[in-house]
Amino acid sequence: MKTIYLDNAATSFPKPDAMLAAMISYQQTIGANPGRSGHGLCIDAGRIVYETREILARLFNIDDPLCLALTKNSTEALNIALQGTLKPGDHIITSAMEHNSVMRPLRFLESQGVKVSVIPCSPRGELDPDDISKAVRNDTRMVVLTHASNVTGTIFPIEAVGLRLKEQGDIIFCVDAAQTAGALPVDVQRMKIDILAFTGHKSLYGPQGTGGLYIRKGLEKKIPPLMMGGTGSRSEFEKQPDFMPDKYESGTPNTIGIAGLGAGANFISGKTIAVIRAKEEQLTARFLDHMIALRDRVVVYGLNNAAIQTAVVSFNVRNITPSDAALYFEEKWGILCRPGLHCAPSAHRTIGTFPQGTVRFSFGFLNTSEDADYAAEAIIGLINR
Amino acid sequence: MTDPSSQAVVLFASISHALRAEKIIKAQNISCKLIPVPRHLSSDCGVCLRFNLSDRNLLENILQGKLDFFEIMSL
Ligand SMILES: Cc1ncc(COP(=O)(O)O)c(C=O)c1O
Repeated sequence: MKTIYLDNAATSFPKPDAMLAAMISYQQTIGANPGRSGHGLCIDAGRIVYETREILARLFNIDDPLCLALTKNSTEALNIALQGTLKPGDHIITSAMEHNSVMRPLRFLESQGVKVSVIPCSPRGELDPDDISKAVRNDTRMVVLTHASNVTGTIFPIEAVGLRLKEQGDIIFCVDAAQTAGALPVDVQRMKIDILAFTGHKSLYGPQGTGGLYIRKGLEKKIPPLMMGGTGSRSEFEKQPDFMPDKYESGTPNTIGIAGLGAGANFISGKTIAVIRAKEEQLTARFLDHMIALRDRVVVYGLNNAAIQTAVVSFNVRNITPSDAALYFEEKWGILCRPGLHCAPSAHRTIGTFPQGTVRFSFGFLNTSEDADYAAEAIIGLINR
Repeated sequence: MTDPSSQAVVLFASISHALRAEKIIKAQNISCKLIPVPRHLSSDCGVCLRFNLSDRNLLENILQGKLDFFEIMSL
């Protein structure tokens, strides 16, 4: 039986060959610690890290690549942004569709005296930018939103929110692009994003253990790091550097992973986001089309419209639990997917699927139309079981 | 070997800054090389960018506004 991987929203697989090639090449021919001394291999290692920064900066329309710190994932980036910025008495606004990488730090901060407003979304997972604007108060310090839901694929109106916030005052706009970096256009200038958190192992086609944090120039002065230590810079001082990116990059970096991330991001830039988006949209549309005929037995959550969602589809087959369905898909069809709550309990409450969750099929650029057809066949198989 | 008195170095906040500067300068066809920071200039363990003193003004103009911190020192 073949294996069809439909869990790209958790992490993309397979990866482009260039990703592994870059990692092997770094380890075989360079291997040194970037920025920890001045010899040639050390500089070569530093160059790999710098090149990755530059490719990512270009992808997100960030003027200065040094405003981008590399992290181990989106979760680390979000924790730096949230825990670093918010102090007791500050107010933060977020949505009901957020991942636990936002919700859990916020619930912790709430216990420390930060005031948290969670803006409800429609049962299809939509956010009304008006609702964010209306929730802004005098003490609002930040708005944090996901760019797209990892449960329903619903794309949030990030640019609309960003533009309004800039008119409403000095409010930091932080965006979690874990689901969209590499899959949709992300432009920090056009979207008025002050802080961008992203992960490298999903649509950027890098390895796990990579991600990044962009902070608008100057704003880093107000955000202390979560971790401190050696950076290779300013070694004569025992005080942590206060400049980007060193401030948030303590300890030896994941250079081999960063080499892979650079190659993954290069792959994206080479194909262009437009081409990647078109392909993922086509796969999603094809799968959703198959679902129309199954309407009586299959509930598809979210917008049900490939043009305005990512390549993520959550559904349930009537009278079958998500975990039973996922087991059947794997055992009988070789389809690997993700059942349950997808680390986003509040999103499932919003769409009415808490606590049992949904089955999530998530397509990637390297899936084919045949995979989308096969996925639909498997669902018919389950219905007729 | 070129005469050291005709060369100078730029010190940066970190290797990331040095690498960014190297790229910007090389793109302008000015010759330069990353070398370990000479001990007598700084106790920092990083790298600096060596260039020909005759390019000093040019180089300063190019880096101005692109990097928050850099310091030019003669060798
Ligand atoms: C919307 C969203 N935010 C954040 C994350 C966290 O990403 P990571 O696990 O790479 O930190 C994920 C994925 O797991 C996600 O889907």
